[in-house]
Amino acid sequence: MNIDSIQNGVVLDHIQAGKSMDIYKYLHLDELDCQVAIIKNARSEHMGRKDIIKIDYPLDLDLDVLGYIDSNITVNIIRDGKRVEKKHLELPHKLVNVIHCKNPRCITVSESQLDAIFLLSDPAKHTYRCAYCETAIDKKF
Amino acid sequence: MPRNLIDIVDLSVEEINELIATAEDIIANPAKYQDACAHKQLATLFFEPSTRTRLSFESAMLGLGGSVLGFSSASSSSTAKGETVGDTIHTVSCYADIIAMRHPKEGAPLAAAQVADVPIINAGDGGHNHPTQTLTDLLTIHREKGRLDNFTIGFCGDLKFGRTVHSLVNALSRYSNINFVLISPLELKLPRYVKEEALKKKGIPYTQTTDLESVIPQLDILYMTRVQKERFFNEEDYLRLKDSYVLTPEKLVNAKSDLSILHPLPRVNEISVAVDKDPRAAYWRQVKNGKFIRMALIMKLLGIEV
Ligand SMILES: [Zn+2]
Repeated sequence: MNIDSIQNGVVLDHIQAGKSMDIYKYLHLDELDCQVAIIKNARSEHMGRKDIIKIDYPLDLDLDVLGYIDSNITVNIIRDGKRVEKKHLELPHKLVNVIHCKNPRCITVSESQLDAIFLLSDPAKHTYRCAYCETAIDKKF
Repeated sequence: MPRNLIDIVDLSVEEINELIATAEDIIANPAKYQDACAHKQLATLFFEPSTRTRLSFESAMLGLGGSVLGFSSASSSSTAKGETVGDTIHTVSCYADIIAMRHPKEGAPLAAAQVADVPIINAGDGGHNHPTQTLTDLLTIHREKGRLDNFTIGFCGDLKFGRTVHSLVNALSRYSNINFVLISPLELKLPRYVKEEALKKKGIPYTQTTDLESVIPQLDILYMTRVQKERFFNEEDYLRLKDSYVLTPEKLVNAKSDLSILHPLPRVNEISVAVDKDPRAAYWRQVKNGKFIRMALIMKLLGIEV
């Protein structure tokens, strides 16, 4: 795989240096059959160092998950070797089955088949609250 | 009007005022409402026992000419066999027109609302929400004072863990010119996030004190709660503090003649029985109001007008 030129796929750029493996796991990229390149500690004008992930497959990414992990990441969609779209992320208002409630008294803990729903309650602090019990979770990443 | 009542904030001030107006009309003209819910069924699903709340709901539905079915503890329901809340609710919504549920797990009523095709009323989910208690408190204040604004209210006792206090402070913070006096031991102060969200952000004045007797003369309403022994780290602290938050006729000597004393009940010893005879004791009237506001709520959620 030539990591500089993907034909049809996705390039995640401006990942905070050192965080690419977390994203790899969160997006379940290990389950893909296609080629995936992880570039660690690439030089960046703005960030000093950054990580990049290149996926050689036109994957339909869950942008809410990615926005939750790190809303500074840019998502480049590559088609026929050219960038056709550049998406900027934002903190999602609602997360479904991305994070799970830790409150032992919460119904989602005893009934795990329920959708784990979190709502953004404080954008400045990146705080999400469980829709069921209102327990706050501060961003993990 | 929302379909369900899960959290008191599901209701706007206008909707709360509408419910209070309906409850006041029910109190004034009970006969007018006696068949309002004829042929309708209320299911009271108490996955955790609470005789007081369950009887209030059942009495409310019977007062509207409806009927009731349900269970009063998890051991007598299929939850004991491992059924999910969702499946129980799905089954019951095949029979009932409306469901009032109490559950030990926080958020269980929201899980129920996701699958139910009839209205769900949260009758208490663990230590989380109990919106019909808050409606009861609001109706009681309205009946005692004739208004829901322009007064000084004292909250006394365990303000840290008392969910009825948090919920009522939140609800009252939407009305104007209310002065909050928070009376508790230092260990049991109102949590910072409640003060921040309900009071500070809205610029609402409040005072905090550990001394009930010094502030009692300024109060129009006194909302008492229980100081539970198990909330204290050591016996000594508990013994030192418990009597200072017990309301007695002596402590009421300097109180206003039109003070209203509320308590969500059940009480243990935080209001001496001698206070019951005082006309300012409103807590038994509060129990009655609980039935009337639930009648109003059941009608509204069923879309029934009289
Ligand atoms: Zn939760």
